[in-house]
Amino acid sequence: MGLIMWDYSDTVKEHFYNPRNAGEVENANAIGDVGSLSCGDALRLTLRINPQTEIIEEAGFQTFGCGSAIASSSALTEIIKGMTLDNALQVSNQDIADYLDGLPPEKMHCSVMGREALQAAIANYRGEEWKDGHEEGALVCKCFAVDAVLIEDTIRANNLKTVEDVAHYTKAGGGCTSCHEGIEEILAKVLAEKGEKFDPKAASRAEIEITMQKSPREMSELQRMRRIETVIESLRPQIQADHGDIELVKVLGNKVFVNMTGACSNCQIAGMTLSGIQQRMIEALGEFILVLPASELAHMQAAGE
Amino acid sequence: MQGIYLDNNATTQVDPAVVETMLPYFSEQYGNPSSMHMFGNKVGFAIKKARKQIQYLLGAAYESEIIFTSCGSESDSTAILSAIKAQPQRKEIITTVVEHPAVLALCEHLEKEGYLVHYLKVDNKGRLDLEKYRSLLSDRVAIVSVMWANNETGTLYPVEEMAELAHQAGVMFHTDAVQAVGKIPIDLKSSNIDMLSLSGHKLHAPKGIGVLYLRRGVRFRPLLRGGHQERGRRAGTENTAAIIGLGKAAELAMEHMEYENTFVAAMRDRLEQGILDAVPYCFSTGDKDNRLPNTANIAFEYIEGEAILMLLNKVGIAASSGSACTSGSLEPSHVMRAMNIPFTAAHGTVRFSLSRYNKMEEIERVIAAVPPIVAQLRKLSPYWDDQGPVDVPEKTFAPRYS
Ligand SMILES: Cc1ncc(COP(=O)(O)O)c(C=O)c1O
Repeated sequence: MGLIMWDYSDTVKEHFYNPRNAGEVENANAIGDVGSLSCGDALRLTLRINPQTEIIEEAGFQTFGCGSAIASSSALTEIIKGMTLDNALQVSNQDIADYLDGLPPEKMHCSVMGREALQAAIANYRGEEWKDGHEEGALVCKCFAVDAVLIEDTIRANNLKTVEDVAHYTKAGGGCTSCHEGIEEILAKVLAEKGEKFDPKAASRAEIEITMQKSPREMSELQRMRRIETVIESLRPQIQADHGDIELVKVLGNKVFVNMTGACSNCQIAGMTLSGIQQRMIEALGEFILVLPASELAHMQAAGE
Repeated sequence: MQGIYLDNNATTQVDPAVVETMLPYFSEQYGNPSSMHMFGNKVGFAIKKARKQIQYLLGAAYESEIIFTSCGSESDSTAILSAIKAQPQRKEIITTVVEHPAVLALCEHLEKEGYLVHYLKVDNKGRLDLEKYRSLLSDRVAIVSVMWANNETGTLYPVEEMAELAHQAGVMFHTDAVQAVGKIPIDLKSSNIDMLSLSGHKLHAPKGIGVLYLRRGVRFRPLLRGGHQERGRRAGTENTAAIIGLGKAAELAMEHMEYENTFVAAMRDRLEQGILDAVPYCFSTGDKDNRLPNTANIAFEYIEGEAILMLLNKVGIAASSGSACTSGSLEPSHVMRAMNIPFTAAHGTVRFSLSRYNKMEEIERVIAAVPPIVAQLRKLSPYWDDQGPVDVPEKTFAPRYS
């Protein structure tokens, strides 16, 4: 209970107060229905698609949902009008959120619903069956908008054992850390299914991988290189989950240069990600490591360093 | 345009007279009430007066039964944890499915520690089954905790009768009366209620001050140990200004009790009837014949609560909702689900909670503002078709994923 006036951007409010393309499109030849009443969101997207060009000529929405669900629907219809079907299928929920100048983490699922309605409508037009494997749980990590179902599935798929593992694979718990109690509970539940017990002192996956290798002093340059790569590989799923990627560019003494691409390269958390990677490198190599963006390499070389 | 505040179950405006009473205790009267010197001494007397004012509002037998805490949640936690610590052999708790999270989340936590918690269910008006309750009372039960009034619907629970039954069975009884205190007459000395929680900010006192009423002789274990404040039952230097403000607020609540139950109730009734008459497909939730004088909870079908609140907010009206979206969860309010309100309506519930500061003309403005807002959102809803819901909404619009 209680009204939380979400931290909505002005664009979200604008689209909520003055929704574009509300209502059903006349002579629609594609309909996508998604959502459900039980979770308080539902969206019907109707499209008129030109059969010759496959261009979306008209898009309309009917939404049962909160302010951001309505705004996301409105934004979606604006984005896709005039697009070809193939281009429209490339529209991600992040694109919808970006169009609205961002959505609060609790509300990201509203943009997911928009994208799914679009997929469903296009499948309907093409006479295909649209299936959605997506299931949503209660939001656990508010910093990175990660829900319980995703955490559970990731723990199962990767045999995770610690809160740290969960943070590495899903980002959940990697921010303010106040959801760690909740993550521990999910770990305990999933581990119990396998007859295991959650042990807060258990070594994380990355630690196990590292201790299986030799200690830093005896490391050859090649082994050191491999270890750096291992750390990057272990962090990749987390970065990809954030629509980005990472590439190892060069190692110069204690400096490791990486290239961050995709959504990560310019988002605010890129800096945080780098320092996180650095921390993991230091732990894994047992020596001080500086992780720097590859752009620094160019600067340093220009400065003759 | 001046805003219309109809969210008094969330929190209330601090009464100007309360503010005035508090002010000296930030400036001149800053002494520690425990100190012997003149700076502390006067503060000690002012706290004593506040304790008496609250004793009077609650109809408690002794002023020493009043323990100041930091909020309603602390009082709830203190009561339940005290009962289980004082009676470690008793491993069961009885409560209801409609409690505030201050009680529910604690009980769920205690379940993980091995307690058996019985959650009494409610019917579609939010009423409890007393026969079921009676059958659960036993010497295995450490405490019964039942709210006096529900924060979402205002539904009143028969706590005096339930306390009597608990007493006969030798079981401690606590009530979360955070929403009831100040709105309905209470006389604890003629009841068998052992513990009661209240919170200042629901009755025109500041936020961050609460009370646990603890009947004399009831076994008690403090939550906070340390100093001798509150006779050793709640350590920590007193929040003096807030305590003194709460005392004043209690006095004012007593003075306005009659007004609350006549004029405020009349405004609430007018608001509810006005909206129900003007808007199709809406209904009030909870037990209409047995509820707080200030609360109306209306379910608007086929639309979502947060969207309603945003549009109300735009025209300067503040209320709250049991929709999933306003809480950041995926499910509508546990109270609405407990009453089996269909999902088509549960997401669209809006709570209007009044206070003695509201005026009838404000109520008329709200009655005029609501119908177009509902109509505007229904126009966007896939479950709505021009004049009414689509035929069998669950069939006509049955999305694939859920
Ligand atoms: C029934 C009930 N119990 C407890 C509380 C919590 O009170 P406080 O905010 O003072 O901790 C509230 C307030 O929302 C309430 O309505």
